Amino acid sequence: MPSSRDTPIQVADLSFDYVGRTVLNDIRLSVGAGKIVGLLGPNGSGKSTLLKIIAGTLPGYRGSVQVAGVEVRSFARGKLARLVAMVQQEPEFSFNYSVLEIVLMGRHPHLAGLAFESAADVEIAHAALDRCGILALGQRPIHELSSGERQRVVFARALAQEPMILLLDEPASFLDIRHQVEIFDIVRELAEVQGCAVLTAVHDLNLAAEYFDQVYLLSDRTIAACGSSGTVLNYANLTRVFETELYVDTNALTGKLLIVPLSGRSRRLLAETRAPRRNGGHQDS
Amino acid sequence: MVHRTERLTGRRVLIVTLLLAALLALCIGGGIAFGAGTVNFSSLLPGGSLTEVEHAILLQVRLPRVLAAGLLGGALAVAGVVFQALLRNPLADPYVLGVAGGASIGGVVALLLGLGSVGVMGGAAVPAFAFAGALAALLLIESIATVGGQLTVYSILLTGAIFNSFAAALIYFIQSVASLQQLHEIVFYLMGRVPALGYQELAVLALAIVIVDLAVYTMCRDYNALSLGEEGAMLLGVDVGRTKRFTFVLGSLLTGLCVAVAGLIGFVGLVVPHMLRLVIGPDHRLLLPAAFLGGASFLVLADLAARLLLVPNELPVGVVTALIGGPFFLYLLRTRGRNYAF
Repeated sequence: MPSSRDTPIQVADLSFDYVGRTVLNDIRLSVGAGKIVGLLGPNGSGKSTLLKIIAGTLPGYRGSVQVAGVEVRSFARGKLARLVAMVQQEPEFSFNYSVLEIVLMGRHPHLAGLAFESAADVEIAHAALDRCGILALGQRPIHELSSGERQRVVFARALAQEPMILLLDEPASFLDIRHQVEIFDIVRELAEVQGCAVLTAVHDLNLAAEYFDQVYLLSDRTIAACGSSGTVLNYANLTRVFETELYVDTNALTGKLLIVPLSGRSRRLLAETRAPRRNGGHQDS
Repeated sequence: MVHRTERLTGRRVLIVTLLLAALLALCIGGGIAFGAGTVNFSSLLPGGSLTEVEHAILLQVRLPRVLAAGLLGGALAVAGVVFQALLRNPLADPYVLGVAGGASIGGVVALLLGLGSVGVMGGAAVPAFAFAGALAALLLIESIATVGGQLTVYSILLTGAIFNSFAAALIYFIQSVASLQQLHEIVFYLMGRVPALGYQELAVLALAIVIVDLAVYTMCRDYNALSLGEEGAMLLGVDVGRTKRFTFVLGSLLTGLCVAVAGLIGFVGLVVPHMLRLVIGPDHRLLLPAAFLGGASFLVLADLAARLLLVPNELPVGVVTALIGGPFFLYLLRTRGRNYAF
């Protein structure tokens, strides 16, 4: 077993039932310090559930889920929140706080009792806003922002939490391509410079190929494949897990995988030409 | 008006609290100075002296009445803030979670049993019955709404709403079997009015409200985090289950106290928190003390209006709060709502 210092997230034999239905079964996963690990899989394959279990919001699991060497369900809430930050897929804002106030809430686990945020806390929040390119939005009410802007606010809040472990559930689903890249560049910097362990669910396979060190493919409630993104992300695995035809090729610039979805019309075209060799040559890898 | 600055500091809380305290002091002064009876204020100047009647009007009638209005208004506004934070909905009011129904049943039963006269238990029978009703409702709703050891917002809300409908039906039933005299008492009890309390009773009420308010205040940062949803708050380290349970109990105690003492005074718990959020923002570290002082000022003024509008008769203060509060609320919503609406 690797040490908890090098491997902040260690999951073994994890199963989880939700109202009598098995959502996750026999999951084994680990995320090393300084690594970006991707969770990929079709809708309903249990990615979000797995992230929530590691974040400690679903304590009724079976098996072992260790964060920094301690079983998640035996953590005190406040202590866990100083180690782990999570960007939720569907954040809620029931009252109209300003953007800065929302990001300052990331300091909540670091404050004691009735304390007010110190100048240092505000500094941290401003730095997080600046890093996400939304410093100018600081005084805007959260209800006035677009979905993409809100998503960056939530990400900035997670940064302000200064976590050792960062869990991301579709953090870029509302972002345009430039902001997707900006967010994942920040994620990479967090991992490489600060040694943050990052586990992130995404649907964008090209982002996964470009950024992730390792990938877990979830399918049918369990792990269908795992390993370095270069080996796991291939034509056979992807078409099997996602149950759709894809065009898979190599990115000539980076040598990484290039994945393009095929419409029904394109799939018919493919069947008519019966030229599987044109499909990037990845069928057998 | 106080504008929102970059961030909330202890200093800002202090300044806004002092401003609102000054406003409350003004309202209390007004509430004592004006009324149905006449007091010649020149006798307050040096060299003058109050007649015995004036002395009695000011210190035995108006002052306790104004203090009661302040305490009730403050408690109702805080209960409103607390339930809005718990349900994560700015439209919640203190009566939404069923405790008011329980308190009403208790009070109405006491009136039906003829315990409403001052001779019985020094007039304390009705509030005592009502508070017992509130506690019974609190325990019942909490036990029904707890599913698998968890108190969920939907189940509290549904249980509370259904319990309130049940309580209303029961009260209609009691009214239909009550005598005409009792019916009159019941209707006036339920309408909501600021009671004439002695200084001892006021002290007990004040102590209870202050203790509950302080307990609520220890959770103010958790309420901020709770606006991000239960999962969002958990991710920031809040013990959400514990916070929800304490909040439900404390908010219900405040509401139960108010209904027991004063019947159903509407709109304070809804309008005051919302007005304040528009002006000072939603942070509960400031909103909670501001709601207490703002609610107190609001009800002192509304009670003054209730005493003055139909001299020599009095309006129920609940009628006044709704008549002033409703239109004012809509006005604020139209003019300021764009920036800090829900």
